[in-house]
Amino acid sequence: MNIIEAAHIFFDYVQKDENDQIEEINEALSDLSISIEKGSFVCILGHNGSGKSTFAKLLNGLSLPKEGTVLISGMDTRDESRLLNIRKTCGMVFQNPDNQIIANVVEEDVAFGPENLGVPTEEIVRRVDDALKKVGMEAYRLNSPNRLSGGQKQRVAIAGVMAMKPECIVLDEPTAMLDPSGRRDVLRTVHELNKKEGITIVHITHYMEEAVDADRIIVMDDGRVVMDDEPRKIFSRVDELRNLSLSVPQITELAYELRQAGMPIPLGILTREELLQYIIPLMKRAERKGAGADA
Amino acid sequence: MLRDITIGQYYPVASRIHALDPRTKLAATMLYLLSLFMTDSVAGYAIATIFLFSVIRLSRVPFRFMVRGLKAIMILLVLSVSFNLFLTPGTELFGIGFIHITYEGLFTALFMAVRLVYLVLGSSIMTLTTTPNALTDGLEKSLGFMKRFGVPVHEIAMMMSIALRFIPILVEETDKIMKAQTARGADFESGGLIQKARAMVPLLVPLFISAFRRALDLSMAMEARCYHGGEGRTKMRPLRYGKNDMHAYVIILIYFILMLLTNLLPF
Repeated sequence: MNIIEAAHIFFDYVQKDENDQIEEINEALSDLSISIEKGSFVCILGHNGSGKSTFAKLLNGLSLPKEGTVLISGMDTRDESRLLNIRKTCGMVFQNPDNQIIANVVEEDVAFGPENLGVPTEEIVRRVDDALKKVGMEAYRLNSPNRLSGGQKQRVAIAGVMAMKPECIVLDEPTAMLDPSGRRDVLRTVHELNKKEGITIVHITHYMEEAVDADRIIVMDDGRVVMDDEPRKIFSRVDELRNLSLSVPQITELAYELRQAGMPIPLGILTREELLQYIIPLMKRAERKGAGADA
Repeated sequence: MLRDITIGQYYPVASRIHALDPRTKLAATMLYLLSLFMTDSVAGYAIATIFLFSVIRLSRVPFRFMVRGLKAIMILLVLSVSFNLFLTPGTELFGIGFIHITYEGLFTALFMAVRLVYLVLGSSIMTLTTTPNALTDGLEKSLGFMKRFGVPVHEIAMMMSIALRFIPILVEETDKIMKAQTARGADFESGGLIQKARAMVPLLVPLFISAFRRALDLSMAMEARCYHGGEGRTKMRPLRYGKNDMHAYVIILIYFILMLLTNLLPF
């Protein structure tokens, strides 16, 4: 079953001058159709201005498409009476960790969502406990968010979404402002939620390394989907990605260059282990040859 | 320097004062502040001192955190003390040239200083032992009756708690912008008052722009988490008076009456 069903979406950014006259129209999305299966882990890649963040905001009714429909679990985001239900089903984590934490104490922030939904008190406490445990932040329950690192803040933000019992979490470049260790923590948390809790994850990013472990990658450019496949196949198309001014993971690039130089290495290498698998036998053979030549 | 603002800085330890209902603490703080203005006698100040320091002890907040709040009123303190000291007429204690210090002046100045310090310490206890959210919850609930007169109590309380949350963030940002502008040759230190005010422009413009951007982001994040005003909201920690709150009310009332009674004493 598809949890997200976006069909033929158009979206414009309209810029108006002081007299309310339209000055400029920027088409952000044009005829975009994406459906996402329940329980999957999908990465959306694209360079700045490709429309990926615009798409994210359509997924829980923060903005509405000019044309086309967005269905979340069968609910139309235009239907105002179901807006809360849609936002509860499809939670969202934003880029800047500071600008999405509302309360001054971690647990109060996690409780913000359920409080808005009118969840009874005892149930809120249970959910906050549970959500903080799931993201590994239960030790910071009573801390002030200002004293946490960026990665910890993002995990609190994820807990805040988890406390609403969502079926799907959309993360809009959640690691863009984090250091490498914070980035790793956030990614691990998100993957765990996907595997253990079966939460559908839509991860929007421009770090190629982060997309390697996804079930599916959607590459966007100029408000359109240009590639949509599993990671290995996407990262086999190195030249195409370069044309879209996107890179590939470092290790994939290395493997690609070695292949171009004539080494028998397949396309779409994603991890160091995989590359070693091919390189070690090659090196051993070279060694034997070298030894043979010496003798 | 900007980091010294203690207001809104919750100090997380478990104490009896921390555990009190914010409404109790609000009422107690009000009565305490009022009591400082109701007395003018040594006995009154003695009682206030004992009361204040026992509460500080009970709150388990280190004293140095309390004192931090005093830095902000240093100038006010020095000014009011010197005005009282030098300008109160009465029996002259000693005088050099045009400066005359009187017996009455010395006392008023001393009382004034103690009163100001106690005011700040008293209110710091409240902000240090109450999370800003609890505080705004307390305000929201105690002022809830004003909703009937069309006052948007929930919205104001929400705004206050968000403002408190963003003070340290904006302070940090100010610091960053200041450094960035200094690195590009801006001068915030020299010149007269007008020049200094003008030097603030390259600081304030980026600060405001960033504050607006943050506000936009935050409102989106709040909407994404189903915020739709105060209606139908529940609370993780709803305010409930406990036994300790009743005790606290009794104690603060006894204290207040004692303070009133000191006015009847001759000293």
